[in-house]
Amino acid sequence: MTISIPVIAGIVILGLVGIGLYALLAVRNLIKMIIALQIMVKGVLVAFALAGRLRSDMALAQSMALTIIVSDTIVAVIGLALAVQIRRHVGTLDIKALTTLRR
Amino acid sequence: MWQILIMVGILLCAIMAIRAQRLLVSALWLAGSSALVALFLFLLGAAEIAVIELSVGAGLVTVLFVFAINISGEEALAAHPLIPRPLAWAVIAISGLLVGWLMLPGVDVAAPVLAASDLGSTLWQSRSLDVFLQAVLIFAGALAMLGLLADGKKAEVEE
Repeated sequence: MTISIPVIAGIVILGLVGIGLYALLAVRNLIKMIIALQIMVKGVLVAFALAGRLRSDMALAQSMALTIIVSDTIVAVIGLALAVQIRRHVGTLDIKALTTLRR
Repeated sequence: MWQILIMVGILLCAIMAIRAQRLLVSALWLAGSSALVALFLFLLGAAEIAVIELSVGAGLVTVLFVFAINISGEEALAAHPLIPRPLAWAVIAISGLLVGWLMLPGVDVAAPVLAASDLGSTLWQSRSLDVFLQAVLIFAGALAMLGLLADGKKAEVEE
C-alpha cells in the first residue's frame, strides 16, 4: 500500500497545527508558547506548498510562503524580546503570574 | 517510503519540542523539525522556500531562541496546564475535524491548467507590495533586536 504525497502532507499539516494549538492552550512558559507558534506556522507553510502543488501554481504559493516566513520570524523576534523584558521586570516567564493589569 | 519517514520525524520533533523540560533542548528539537519540514517542502516541489526555511527556520530562529534563553535563563514551571487537558484535546479534535473536512475534498480535485510562471516574476511584479512589507518587517525586527540589546547594556551600567 502506498500513500500519496498530498495525503502525507495533509497528515503533517494536521499534526503540526494540532500539536502547536495544544501547546498554545496548555503551556505556561512564554518562550515555549513562541515555540508552539513556530510549530503551527510550519504546518501552514506545508499547507501553502500543498495548495500550490494541487493548483499547479507553485510560484504564487511560494511567494506567499516567503511572506509568511518573514513575518513569522519577526513575530518570534518581537515575542522573544518581550519575553526577555518580562523576565527582567516581573522575574518569571509564567503567564499565570502576569496579572498586573487585573487589579 | 522516504516521505513517511520524514513525516514521522517532523511530528516526533514537534512533540519533543513541546514535551522537553529544558527550553534549550526544546529549541533544538524545533530546529530539527524545521530542517525536516524544509526537506518535505523540497519533496513537494517548493525548492526555493525549502532553502529559505532551512536557513531562516533552522538557522536564524534557533540562534535567536538560544540567545533569548541565555539572557532570560531556564525556569522550571509547574506542570499544571493553563486550561484542563480534556478541554484542550476537545478543541484540537474539533479544529482537526473542521480543517480536515474543509481540506480533504480539495485534495482529489484535478489541477487546473495555468500559465507557467516563475517565482521571481510573481514576487517582483504581481506581489511587489509583499516585498515592500517584508522590507518594513525586517526593519522592525532589527529595531526590536537593537532595543533588546540596548536595554541590557543600560541595566548593566545602572548596576
